Amino acid sequence: MIRVEGIHKSFGEVHAVRGVSFDARDGKITGLLGPNGAGKSTTLRVLCTLLKPDRGTATIDGADVVADSLAARQKIGSLPHESGLYPRLTARENIAYYARLCGLDRDHVEDRVDEIVKTLEIGDFADRRSKGFSHGQRTKVALGRALVHDPQNLLLDEPTTGLDVMATRSLRELILKLKDEGRCVLFSSHVMQEVAALCDDICIMAAGRIAIHDSMDGIRQRTGCDDLEEAFLAALAMVEVD
Amino acid sequence: MGTFFHVFRKEVVDNFRDRRSLLTVAAMVAMFPLLMASLIGFQIDRSFNTETDLISLPVIGAEHAPNLMRYLESNQIDIVAGPVDADAAVAAVETGDLDVVLRIPGDFGEQLADMIPARVELFLDQANTAGDADVGRVRDALFGYNQTLAGIRLSARGVNPTLVRPLNIDTIDVSTPSGRAAILLGMMSYFLLFSLLMGGMYLAIDATAGERERGSIEPLLSLPVARAHLVLGKIAGCGAFMAFSLLLSLLSWFVALNFMPLEQIGMTPNFNLAVVLAAFLLLCPMLLIGASLMTLVASFTRTYKEAQTWLSFVVLAPTMPILIVSFLNLRPRLEFMFVPSLSQHLILVDMISNEPASALNIAVSAAGTLAVGAILTWACVRLYSREALLG
Repeated sequence: MIRVEGIHKSFGEVHAVRGVSFDARDGKITGLLGPNGAGKSTTLRVLCTLLKPDRGTATIDGADVVADSLAARQKIGSLPHESGLYPRLTARENIAYYARLCGLDRDHVEDRVDEIVKTLEIGDFADRRSKGFSHGQRTKVALGRALVHDPQNLLLDEPTTGLDVMATRSLRELILKLKDEGRCVLFSSHVMQEVAALCDDICIMAAGRIAIHDSMDGIRQRTGCDDLEEAFLAALAMVEVD
Repeated sequence: MGTFFHVFRKEVVDNFRDRRSLLTVAAMVAMFPLLMASLIGFQIDRSFNTETDLISLPVIGAEHAPNLMRYLESNQIDIVAGPVDADAAVAAVETGDLDVVLRIPGDFGEQLADMIPARVELFLDQANTAGDADVGRVRDALFGYNQTLAGIRLSARGVNPTLVRPLNIDTIDVSTPSGRAAILLGMMSYFLLFSLLMGGMYLAIDATAGERERGSIEPLLSLPVARAHLVLGKIAGCGAFMAFSLLLSLLSWFVALNFMPLEQIGMTPNFNLAVVLAAFLLLCPMLLIGASLMTLVASFTRTYKEAQTWLSFVVLAPTMPILIVSFLNLRPRLEFMFVPSLSQHLILVDMISNEPASALNIAVSAAGTLAVGAILTWACVRLYSREALLG
C-alpha cells in the first residue's frame, strides 16, 4: 500500500511535482499516466527514496520515505527507466548481487535466484553476460532483480517502452501475476492502451499535478468521453483550466 | 558488514573482467621500472666512458700536423681517417654519423711557422647532446696544445710563460654517476605511488561515474541497504586493486634493480625482498587516501570520460610533494611525517640507502596518512547520503 499526500518537488526553477496525492492499493495495479515531463518519474523517485520531497509526505506500508527510508526501501522493489544491469556480470550474477545486498544468506541466494529465473522464464540467457542482451531481456532481468527481496510494493517506471509485442505481452502477464499475489503495483506509462489494459486505478498526471484519479469506467464517466484518447485529452484539459 | 563485503566482492570481480583496462594498467606499472633501469644503466655506461676511455677522432689532413696528432694521441684520442673533404664532414656531422670531425688545412704548417694563428676547423653539431662528451675532450686537448705551443714560444724569447696565465682555473666536477642514479632512485617512491593510484583508477570510475552512466545507480540506491556500506565497499574494492598494482610495481623494481650496474658506481641499494615487503606495508596507508580520494572525485562527475579527465589530475596531486622534494635533499624530520606521501617518500629513501628508520616517524606517518584517508572516506559517505548524487 502506497500513500502519497501532497508532495512537491522542484529542481532549481523547474517545479516538477506540484502537490500530488494518491493511494495505490494492495492487490491492484495503479497506473500513472501522463505525457513526458508530467512528473511521473520524479514521483516514483520520491517513492523509492532517491529524492526527498520539498513538501508533503509519502508512506510505503506505513513507513515514511524520508523519516524511515531504509524501512520504506525494504518494502519496495523498483524497476527504473533504464534497466541498469552490470554488463560484465551474467543475468544470474546480477540478480544474485542484489539478493546478497538484501541480506539473503548464501544458501538462500541460490534458491531465490533459481526461483526468479524460473518465474521470469529467463533460463535461456541466465548464464550469459548481460552486455549483449536485448532490451526485453534486460528489462526482465532488471524486474527479477527488483523482486529479489520479495517486496510487497513494486514501482515500474515505463517498463514497456521500447519492447516488442512479444516482450510487452510476457511482461504484462508477469505484472498481472504479481497483482494476483496481492502485491501493490504502481506503474508509469505514457501509452494509454497499455494503462487501460492493465490498470485497476488510473492517475492521469499533467504538469506536475494529478488531473484525475479513478477507475477506467470512472474516468469515462467523469470526462464524458467513451474513447480513452478523448478521455485522456479531456483530463489534461482539466489541469490546463486550473 | 555483509553489504560492505558483497559490494567489495562484486566490484573486484566485475572489474577483474574488464581485461583491457586491467592489462593496460598492469603493463604500464610493470614496464616502467624496467624502462627506467635500462635508462639509468645506459647513463652509467656513458658517464664511465667520458673520463678514461679512448675516443676516436676522424681527422681530415692529419698529415699536415704530425706533432698535433701525437699530442692528441697522448691524450687518449685515437686519430682515424676522416671524411674526404669539408663538405663530406659537414654531411656526416649533420646526419649524426659522426659526432665531431677535425680538419687541418694544407697551409697549417706554413701559418704555424710564420707565427700567424694557424687555422684548424672543428665540425660539430651543438644540438647533438650525445656528442657533448667527445667534443669537450677534443676541445680541451686542442686548447692544451695551444697553451703548450704558446709556452714554448714565450720561453724561446726569454719570457716566463706563466706571465700570460694570470688565472689558473681548476675545474672540479663533483657530479658522479652515482649521484644521478641516486636522484632517480629517490624518485622510485614517486613511481610507486603513481602505480598505486593508477591501479585503482578504472575501478573508481566504473564504480561511480560508470554506475551513473549505465543507470545502475538508481536501482542500487533503491535497495534496502545503508548507503554508507555501499560506498565503503566501493572504496575497499578500489583499494584492493591499488594494493595489487603497488605490489606489481614493487616486484618490477626489485627485478629491475638487479639488472642495473649499480655496483659499478659504488651504490648498493638495499632492496631485497624484506625491504620490498616493508615498502609495501609503509605505503599501505596511502591506499585509503588514494581509494577514497578517487571515489570522491569520480562521484562528482557524470560520465566515464569526465571522470577520466579529472582523475588524471588526481593521480598527480598526491605525487606532487615527492616530485618537489626529490630535487631537494630533505632529511626525515618529525614535522614532515604528518604530510602523506612526503613522509612515505622520506622513510623509503632511508630504507633503501640502509639507514635506520625511526619507529616514531613510521608511526606518525601511518597515523597522519590514515587520518587524512578517514576524512576523505567520511566525505564519500556524506556525498552518497545526498540525493544530489543522482542529479
